[in-house]
Amino acid sequence: MIQYILRRIFGMIPLLIGITIICFAVIHLAPGDPAQFLSSMNPKFSESAHEKFVKMYGLDKPVHVRYIDWVKRVAVLDFGESFAPDGKSVMEKIGERMPVTIYLNIAGMVLIFLVALPLGVLSAYRQNTFFDKSVTVFVFVGFAVPTFWLALLCMYYFGVVKGWLPISGLKSYNFDQLSTMGKMWDIVHHAFLPVVLSVFGGLAGLSRFARNSMLEVLGEEYITSARARGLSEGRVIFKHALKNALLPVVTILGLSVPGLIGGSVIFESIFSIPGMGQLFYQSVMARDYPVVMGVLVLGAVLTLIGNLIADISYGLVDPRIRYGKK
Amino acid sequence: MIRVRFLLLAALLVFVGCSDGGSNTSAEKEVKSVKKTAEKTKDTPVNGDAFVSSSLGDATGLIYNITSDSASHDVAAKIYNGLVEYDKDLKIIGDLAESWDITEEGKVIVFHLKKDVKWHDGHPFTSADVEFTYKFMIDDKTPTSYDADFRLVKSFEVIDEYTVKITYDEPFAPALISWSMAVLPKHLLEGNDVTKSPLLREPVGTGPYKFKEWKAGESITLVANDDYFKGRPYIDRLITRVIPDTATTFLELLNGAIDMAGLTPLQWTRQIDTNQQFQNQYDKYKYLSFGYTYVGYNHTKKPFNDKRVRQALTYATPKKDIVKGILFDLGVPAHGPFKPGTLWYNDDVKKYDYNPEKAKELLAEAGWTDSNGDGILDKNGKNFEFELMTNQGNTVRTKICETLQQSWEKIGVKVDIRVLEWATFINEYVDKQKFDALVLGWNITNDPDLYDVWHSSNCGGRKLNFICYKNEELDKLIVEGRKEFDPEKRKLFYHKAQEMLAEDQPYTFLYVPYSLVAVSNRFENVYSAPAGITHNQDKWWVKKENQKYHFEP
Repeated sequence: MIQYILRRIFGMIPLLIGITIICFAVIHLAPGDPAQFLSSMNPKFSESAHEKFVKMYGLDKPVHVRYIDWVKRVAVLDFGESFAPDGKSVMEKIGERMPVTIYLNIAGMVLIFLVALPLGVLSAYRQNTFFDKSVTVFVFVGFAVPTFWLALLCMYYFGVVKGWLPISGLKSYNFDQLSTMGKMWDIVHHAFLPVVLSVFGGLAGLSRFARNSMLEVLGEEYITSARARGLSEGRVIFKHALKNALLPVVTILGLSVPGLIGGSVIFESIFSIPGMGQLFYQSVMARDYPVVMGVLVLGAVLTLIGNLIADISYGLVDPRIRYGKK
Repeated sequence: MIRVRFLLLAALLVFVGCSDGGSNTSAEKEVKSVKKTAEKTKDTPVNGDAFVSSSLGDATGLIYNITSDSASHDVAAKIYNGLVEYDKDLKIIGDLAESWDITEEGKVIVFHLKKDVKWHDGHPFTSADVEFTYKFMIDDKTPTSYDADFRLVKSFEVIDEYTVKITYDEPFAPALISWSMAVLPKHLLEGNDVTKSPLLREPVGTGPYKFKEWKAGESITLVANDDYFKGRPYIDRLITRVIPDTATTFLELLNGAIDMAGLTPLQWTRQIDTNQQFQNQYDKYKYLSFGYTYVGYNHTKKPFNDKRVRQALTYATPKKDIVKGILFDLGVPAHGPFKPGTLWYNDDVKKYDYNPEKAKELLAEAGWTDSNGDGILDKNGKNFEFELMTNQGNTVRTKICETLQQSWEKIGVKVDIRVLEWATFINEYVDKQKFDALVLGWNITNDPDLYDVWHSSNCGGRKLNFICYKNEELDKLIVEGRKEFDPEKRKLFYHKAQEMLAEDQPYTFLYVPYSLVAVSNRFENVYSAPAGITHNQDKWWVKKENQKYHFEP
């Protein structure tokens, strides 16, 4: 097992290097450079400004030299400084955006699991009933409706017309002056719409997955045999069927690790949430290469780790799979 | 001159209740707000409350001189002062400078600085700070885009603690207003690398507001400067919230959570008049914005190098319909690069009212006829078809392209529309002059200098005369106009220049849109002027009973 994990971790290194090379190439292939936004299409800008910025950002060196410089720095975990004039380091920028995104994503994911799994299992158990069909329609509507549109409608109705919920932001301006209870209420209040909407949009995937997996298991012979042994329906479902049906969910959990730090740009923009999605989008638009690379590398590392965790935990929980034995 | 005109306009608004081009309801509303302001100002202003505005993007840094995005500038403008500034009528007045003398035909400017001005940290402001700012601007290590005007300075002398003398090689009229650049504190910045300076995030200036807090991606808070040399501003706090989405901004406005926001023509005409919540909380203000939209033709390409072709395309452009259909009449047709109603604007130029017949005649004169009967004009076996480009993300411009496509089709000109992402568009097409015609907009600066966009030396490369319009006579006017300091004499150069541009039609000037702004009606002393609406924001105030936000001192 240990050997397997080590092998996997070493295998990640060339993979990671490959990913960074492709990312680096792609963002440098995109037209425009960070200097352009500080030096073009404005009569007030001086003509020599572009050259000055190109030099200042080191963009006059060839791409491969810049890449090697970048790798050297990243090797000692230094992601450099953002090109934006606020002079923050990449890590600082990511650090101030990440907690918000993780907090919302975890809240969303926990709720999705709590709602989607029972929905899916129940739909499978009551296959082709009215309940099953309504659930199908419901989750697919959630999946298909453009979130930004639904979000705007909800913001208008619950925020402007009814005045029940705040429209955007994650906390009130006077947050620091609130009591502890007030603070908690304020956070829940603000997170309500974004979380509920992301849950509504995310139900379909997992509930379908649970339903299919459950259906498959319910068709297995050992379920028939369990029933034939006269076990109660509850025992059959919870003890025999569910345990096996939910094994693949472990994989999904592992694979959703990188998703925790990725925020949706549209979602974050509409709710004015200063999260990772906005940071990444704005950095791409401003061609802020160090930040773009920082976010991408972080995503890549987490994806690789997530995959590894999924594989390992699968081996731990599923007796049919064992690593390292031939 | 401008002042007189403005007063006249204000009088018209009050007594006749009509404004050019606005719908009736909005005109009435404006009358109300102007009247109300007149009544309100009788009371004595009191301190208190906060002003909450929104910004689509977060600021990138708070040292004015090295940022270039409007989010940063809007905030930093409240923190710093320049030596001079524009007043509400766009006349140049002293800011940190008490007065100035211009001698030797404009080659020398001597600024006499105000005494008793203090930085936010209590340190006194002196000529050393001005000298430092000058050196900062021309330093190659300073990441600023605004160094050009300062590089023209031949010598900078500190005469005494409150006097500086600046000498130029040649008289340069825009030089005076270039000193509106924010003056930076020498005692905090000297000897430090500005890109690492804490002042980027916690600025220290001389301005009406002091920095308090910046929550990245969320909000920036400024508090009133009790020791401001022009008197403490009445409003205690300025809060700028980052709301990256325009629809959300509008909803927050309806909800009363932000105190000022720009509106789109659609929101202005269709969405707010029916909303009681909005009506109860806001006043609407409308004034011509500092910008125009145009169609530019690539003069290095045939057939756009032929004046008759450009004139014909302008004749075939229904400017009024564009303003009416796309802007809901919230704009005025443009005929040149200046803002109607300003000193520099010349209304007495050749205008091209929509006339497709005339357009066809001109094209026929230039040799373009439909010889093969396919509905498209041709010349020497080549059809008159070209690509009209614009940038992505601006629906108004896309709609303009569609309108032009249809109206030009009527005179037998076939147009393909191409909409491109901004950076690609500018880098790959505009800068490399790989375009036929494009729809874009320019800001109209308060200084009338046309050099960057229209002088023939600025053709090509990354420069701004990317259509490569070349006119020697115009070049002369532009160069002479930069040397004249007296506005009344200076305007003659630009009036003549507008006549030339109108005749040559290097651009088809489309329109100048209105700025449409909603401001919470709890603020007193709010009124629009040629400089816009926030020109006197330091003097806005809220009656005690209307104050919404309260802060512990």
